[in-house]
Amino acid sequence: MRTWIAFLIIAGLILAAIFAEQLSPNDPDTANLSQRLKAPCWDYPLGTDHLGRCILSRIIFGIRMSLFIGGSVVLFSAILGIILGSAAGYFGGILDEAIMRVVDAFLAFPSIFLALAAIGFLGSGMINLMLSLILVEWTGYARLVRSIILSLRGKEFLEAAASLGASDFYIMRRHILPIVLPQVLVMATLGIGYAILDSTSLSFLGLGIQPPTPEWGSMMNDARPFVRADPLMMIFPGIAITSSVLAFNLAGEWLREQVDPRSDAPQEI
Amino acid sequence: MLAFLIRRILLLLPVLFLVSAISFTLFYLAPGDPAELLLTGPQGPPDPAAVQELRQKAGFDDPPQIQYIRWLNKAIRGDLGYSFITGDKVLDDVRDSFRSTLKLALASLVISFLISIPLGILSAVKRNSAIDNLAMTLSLLGVSVPNFWLAYLLIIFFAIQLDVLPVAGYGESGDLEHMVLPAVTLGLSAAAVTSRMMRSCMLEVLSQDYILAARAKGLPNWSVVLKHALPNALLPVITVMGLNFTYLLNGSAVVETVFAWPGIGNLMIHSIYDRDYPVIMGSLLFLATLFLILNLLIDVFYYYLNPRMRD
Repeated sequence: MRTWIAFLIIAGLILAAIFAEQLSPNDPDTANLSQRLKAPCWDYPLGTDHLGRCILSRIIFGIRMSLFIGGSVVLFSAILGIILGSAAGYFGGILDEAIMRVVDAFLAFPSIFLALAAIGFLGSGMINLMLSLILVEWTGYARLVRSIILSLRGKEFLEAAASLGASDFYIMRRHILPIVLPQVLVMATLGIGYAILDSTSLSFLGLGIQPPTPEWGSMMNDARPFVRADPLMMIFPGIAITSSVLAFNLAGEWLREQVDPRSDAPQEI
Repeated sequence: MLAFLIRRILLLLPVLFLVSAISFTLFYLAPGDPAELLLTGPQGPPDPAAVQELRQKAGFDDPPQIQYIRWLNKAIRGDLGYSFITGDKVLDDVRDSFRSTLKLALASLVISFLISIPLGILSAVKRNSAIDNLAMTLSLLGVSVPNFWLAYLLIIFFAIQLDVLPVAGYGESGDLEHMVLPAVTLGLSAAAVTSRMMRSCMLEVLSQDYILAARAKGLPNWSVVLKHALPNALLPVITVMGLNFTYLLNGSAVVETVFAWPGIGNLMIHSIYDRDYPVIMGSLLFLATLFLILNLLIDVFYYYLNPRMRD
């Protein structure tokens, strides 16, 4: 039941992102100062913001940004993590030692502070926002992949492949990757949720996506001075964030149960 | 014990070195000229000659590795430089604001334990019941809610609608009234994580043989759960306090800004707005070092509590 809701929300988000132009009742960027801070009505189902822009339309267009950032951050973090994690786990020795010390160093920073500092030095904007989140996220994948590979060490099917003359790269691609990928997929699904949470937080602080681009966090940043006069302007984008993150969390949990049916393990953050 | 401690500390050194290198690299990659930034005041762009002079004096023209070593050398002695904006010692600013953060974090930790431990126990004991489902759904909701939004929901309800608590601020010295809303915001987020952990630890302990033995003796259920199972289930929950603390610190960055709480998150974010590089770098290095030390202490504590690790 909960899983169904999750996949329904995710499918809905994807469809709404594709058909944003058709679904939005108004143009998300058109300001109309005579219609500012309006309560929900027929023309503006969720009301208008401080510049008279349609909040519902901005939320719908905001899906694109959140899914794009969440998806790309997770994709690049996973690729980086798989490459470094498998190198560390497979070759071991000094390379493993070096990569894992770098991972430890990255993990020493409280994640949002590292992302904040990266943005503080590199500047705000979409690319830097994504870079700073990748900087925070990749370590999880590297550790996961390394630990899976370590657990496979000395398994007969790997030794058999090696004795048949298979190259390291071939063994990794054909024998190890298929074991690693399902678990990476679980982490990635949960990771999309966290990336959406973090990217909207940074945009809320004015350090991520810049106005006037419709984005949930920056919409909430716009709402701050008006929270007394028009609290709905703050409330609606938050519902969008919460329900999308929740959907990815539920989907991730479901996938985890499929990949490892015994797991009732505490969730990693 | 001593050998273990020495080994852990030796392992810490390369990580600390890398932490400082990462912090410095980020700083070095920043676009723009720090000397120019430092001299730019309300009167407009600075005199190019003065910029040149400062570059020379502060060593901004030296190659990066020289600058890094000079910076690291000072940082090891606790000298993190001076704020571009206020001219204060960075270490003093960081330490003062961290004190406020610590106060908030401890209050949130208490709130999160008060909520999550009973909830986790109840969920585990009544596994798969309606209560368990509700509690776990709530906790999943809790990890999915952006904490700045939760902060504003609480502000809208308690500070604006009911008008019983202040919207934001620190009061005289961080009094209780001003602390309630930020601490509850952070506490609720942390409780969402801890209650899941409490539940799964409790479930694991409850499935063990000694619990069956206690039940076979005819002990009442509450005694089995609270006296026999709880102490063992709590152990891992308490040792992940470090993790919890990270979680709280991460949350504090945004929540402190919302509530204008003068903690380290607030300091960091304002120094980013002001492009106050020494403060950004100082806070980052301070937090990472603190963290590594905290983790070391937790490891030692765990080693002390768990005799199986002593071989």
